[in-house]
Amino acid sequence: MIREELESMWYIVLKDLRAYYFKPPNISWGVLFPLVLALAFTLRNPLGLTELAPGLIAMAALFGTTSMEAIVITFEKRVGALERLMLAPISLRTILMGKILSGAIFGLVIAGAMTLISIGFMGTQITSPALFVISLSLTVLALSALGALVAVSVKEVFEAQTLSNYFRFPMIFLCGVFFPVEAMPVPLQALAHILPLTYSVDSLRQTSTGLVSLQLLLDITALVLFLLAFLILATRLLQKSLE
Amino acid sequence: MQNAIEASSLTKYYDDFLAVDHISFNVEKGEIFGFLGPNGAGKTTTIRMLVGLTVPSEGTAIVNGYDIREKIVEVKQHVGVVPETSNLYDELTVWQNLLFMSRLYHVPKQEREKRIGSLLKTFELWNRKQFKFGRLSKGLKRRVTVAAAFVHNPAIIFLDEPTIGLDVMSARSLRGLLNEFKEKGITVFLTTHYIEEADELCDRIAVLVKGKIVNIATPDSMKSVVGTPVVEASFNSPIKPTMIKGLEAVGELGVDGCKVRIFTKDVSSAIEALTALSKEHGLKIDYVNTVRPNLEEAFVKLTGVASEVMKVEKDGGGKQP
Repeated sequence: MIREELESMWYIVLKDLRAYYFKPPNISWGVLFPLVLALAFTLRNPLGLTELAPGLIAMAALFGTTSMEAIVITFEKRVGALERLMLAPISLRTILMGKILSGAIFGLVIAGAMTLISIGFMGTQITSPALFVISLSLTVLALSALGALVAVSVKEVFEAQTLSNYFRFPMIFLCGVFFPVEAMPVPLQALAHILPLTYSVDSLRQTSTGLVSLQLLLDITALVLFLLAFLILATRLLQKSLE
Repeated sequence: MQNAIEASSLTKYYDDFLAVDHISFNVEKGEIFGFLGPNGAGKTTTIRMLVGLTVPSEGTAIVNGYDIREKIVEVKQHVGVVPETSNLYDELTVWQNLLFMSRLYHVPKQEREKRIGSLLKTFELWNRKQFKFGRLSKGLKRRVTVAAAFVHNPAIIFLDEPTIGLDVMSARSLRGLLNEFKEKGITVFLTTHYIEEADELCDRIAVLVKGKIVNIATPDSMKSVVGTPVVEASFNSPIKPTMIKGLEAVGELGVDGCKVRIFTKDVSSAIEALTALSKEHGLKIDYVNTVRPNLEEAFVKLTGVASEVMKVEKDGGGKQP
């Protein structure tokens, strides 16, 4: 039973990657987005980019996962293709896990491109590669789950984009992408700690600067908890839509 | 297990709106069962409850032996669904769509290609297997959608307005296929706006009005609700009133020159009486015609004058459990 569910999840991933994500316009956007991001910051501050790199990688992961995924899920809801999946003998959780994993893979490609650009042009060194990969993988999974939660809670594509921006832009400013969380006023620090991107940026920074501490364990645990919480909430919302 | 579907007091509220109102019905294994009703009657909502796309507010149903409230995944494994819109994936080819469906329905790997190939041939889609779904005509999309519903050999197939928007030939071809599937023992549950389609295909029809079933019957017995069949015969010479005295026992009579009309439910006796008349008076019968009330008249009467129908049903006209 579990094997069948996992197989179905993987087939949904393959279908989504083939039908939506790995289309030429999306691939070119996936390459252009981190390239433009890196170029803009390199021109602005040619000397101090190593510190910014983890934040930029996390930002690429954030936009890479949530942008396309919101479109895919709301589009499928609109044309009835999501119902096609819901007719199959698999659980709603499996469907959402497939959606989250395909969004995460696309996000990983974009964040991976940003990482390569950071290494090649910004002097970034990944000091703990294995832990970096774990951190980045959990980052794209947690952010993809957030994207799925947003997408199942709205009806239209534009609503998903608008609602996503309510999360994305505050996260960019509050979660340490450009400005260290510790340097912010205490209330904003508290706010930062209930947002997943804070833990993404911190874990990517630790694993790419050689300053790995016990805090990394907390970051990874937080990202896993965010992933589970978003998955459970999205499943409940989808279940509620059947009632 | 005799019944493919046993619905008991199935009810659906959308907030305060009562979409389906405590309906109960059985669908026998291997029959084609039609759901007929005006827009908004609750036909699609009923299908959605039976296939797990919406949860009933009250009541339940047993589909292929599984309770939809407790074993919906098992229900889904044994039913095929053709939704009102052809909602497969535009970017995938016909083959890829069917392969994806066979994987989702856990068709064993070694059987997938064989089964898909067979379906593509049955539905005359083999030459288009590499076409992207989004590039197909509406009729072909419909055919692929129906084929996709059969990919896991379901015991019951649900079709929501299967021929809507199809050209005459595609619709006819689809109806032919449904009859073939019935012959193979598959239970077919369909909703349709096309009364002739229901009349042609269905073994029994349920008429749904404002969320309630107002009648369940065979098309023929449903037609009998609205009127009496007429047996009309034309003879080679005019009929005199004295000739037809013996026919009055069979039914109400009408004479118009060479023609005699008998209004009766007993068509067989009417034809025998007309044959006897021709023999007795040395007349030749030019033609005999049976004019039956059509299902459309029955539908209008059933959906427009529901209370009268309920009375007929209580008197034994319907089969509602």
